[in-house]
Amino acid sequence: MTRSPATRPVPVLALGDVLLVTLQGELRDEAAEQLRYDIVRRIGAGPSPVGGVVIDVSGVETVDSFLGRVLAEIAGSARLLATRTVLSGMRPAVAITLVELGLMLPGLVTALDVESALSLLKDTPSQTLPGHPAHPAFTEEGA
Amino acid sequence: MHDPLSPTTRLPIDSDADLSRVRQRVRQAAADLGFRLVPQTKLVTAASELARNTLVHGGGGHMEMTLLGDGARRGLRLSFVDTGPGIPDVERAMTDGYSTGGGLGLGLGGARRLVREFALDTRPGRGTTVTITDWATGLPSPRTGAS
Repeated sequence: MTRSPATRPVPVLALGDVLLVTLQGELRDEAAEQLRYDIVRRIGAGPSPVGGVVIDVSGVETVDSFLGRVLAEIAGSARLLATRTVLSGMRPAVAITLVELGLMLPGLVTALDVESALSLLKDTPSQTLPGHPAHPAFTEEGA
Repeated sequence: MHDPLSPTTRLPIDSDADLSRVRQRVRQAAADLGFRLVPQTKLVTAASELARNTLVHGGGGHMEMTLLGDGARRGLRLSFVDTGPGIPDVERAMTDGYSTGGGLGLGLGGARRLVREFALDTRPGRGTTVTITDWATGLPSPRTGAS
């Protein structure tokens, strides 16, 4: 069986104390599950403290209920380990599709791009981020 | 009547690598037929949900993809076929939040909301076929089955 590039683990980069994960193109289920494990292990077991996680999905054309669930679970597990997660760069077509699919991912903090995600993590005290958003960078409003 | 523009393409659904392949092929076909970005994304997402159902609940199977012509319209018909246990309670399976596969239970109902035509044929013990059809037009798609 040939292993396409998509089966390789997704790199988790350290940017200061923030973990930056960039998802690109087709992500296989197996790679998504592996990513969840890699991020959570890194937060819980070091080597250095993690102040936040940014997952950039600007390169992702399709988010189905499986990938959506994995992303929400990464954020949930990170939260239990006292670490905040911000999902950045979702494409408009993906956002429209997720809402119609019925998957609105409450509890998943979002930002329009990586830069906003990083400043969100930097500017917001960790206690206020996971709960109800009260920061101008949050663009989600009840429609 | 909807005339096939080309022979039906058959893709196996037996692993998560096949799910990726299904998404890629459906996206390419929809783009080639002139689907705009949002309908294209909805169709690929619906295909991903249904292909995963075929894999997880149906124990694997295949997808049949047919390019359709109807006058000036171009469309895409996708059938997801398995020979698994079938769905005992279709109405319940279409309800959001109902899941037997450890997912969020959005697969069937969610996929139906994302496309214009949706048909489900299931026989207990014999398998399930879900067929979806969508058309590339400049018009926004009508809301069928949405609450």
